[in-house]
Amino acid sequence: MLNYFNPNNTLLIINKLKKFVLALFIIVLLLGLIEALVLSPEDYKQGDSVRIMYVHVPSAWISLGIFSLISILSFGILILKNKNFSIIAKSLAPSGLLFNIIALVTGSLWGIPTWGTWWAWDARITSMLLLVIFYLMFILSWRITDDNDKAIKISSYIAIIGLINIPIVKFSVDWWSTLHQPASVNLLKDTTIHSSMLLPLGIMTAAFALFSLLIFLMKYNTELIKIKNKGLDRL
Amino acid sequence: MINEIIFMNGYGLYVWSSFIFTLSSFFFLYFIIKFQLTKEQKKFGKKFRNLSSEKVELAKKQKTYRELLANTSVYKI
Repeated sequence: MLNYFNPNNTLLIINKLKKFVLALFIIVLLLGLIEALVLSPEDYKQGDSVRIMYVHVPSAWISLGIFSLISILSFGILILKNKNFSIIAKSLAPSGLLFNIIALVTGSLWGIPTWGTWWAWDARITSMLLLVIFYLMFILSWRITDDNDKAIKISSYIAIIGLINIPIVKFSVDWWSTLHQPASVNLLKDTTIHSSMLLPLGIMTAAFALFSLLIFLMKYNTELIKIKNKGLDRL
Repeated sequence: MINEIIFMNGYGLYVWSSFIFTLSSFFFLYFIIKFQLTKEQKKFGKKFRNLSSEKVELAKKQKTYRELLANTSVYKI
């Protein structure tokens, strides 16, 4: 099974997949933008400011998902000693960090009309800020040392420690009294959001996920070429 | 209709700022990663051109290098 992750097998697939994912991303994004900005209704309480949800929520979901994946891969790196997992984790980080920043910035922009402030040191927002710090530490750990094995170990430990923060982000709104509202979309409980809003939210989430996939494929391709560049010196 | 979409009952500034920030971040990251990829491909092409003929033949036999070369101008020489 691990053979599927062999760089030799994936390079050709990546090149073909990149163009397809880019085209699909543009189509889904355009559809999502029309739904989010034009067709979806305004909220009875928040008015049109609710439209910020269509960029804020998918960004937060994807940044959390990517960090969780990086942490799981880091366990794989340390236990299975599979170095390709580290290339995958490294390639996932840029889009994860970007979505984390988007979630914070759009959350602040949403906070001004709804809460009357762009920032509050409440549990959800602070834990999301902490996630940005973990992402930055993970990315920078590859730059602080030239020793690749050392960088793999440091980044893996950072990702595993950062995993503790993920349930804190998720359940912070339930555990503490926060300014941030509780989750409206639940997998195990009833979803408290109307289908007319759930549709654009789903489409935008799909578009953002496709963008992360595109960035991952491009970054993974770059990392493989870097390795092969070093390999040319050893020929 | 157009005014409604632009001003959004007074929330236009916040909504449009959020969407513009998100989309410009996408463009920014996409072009940074694209730039890095092109840079590495060019570096690979340059290194490959400077290889001796035996090493070129050796590299061409390897599957990964063949796939990499297919995406660089070197392959067409």
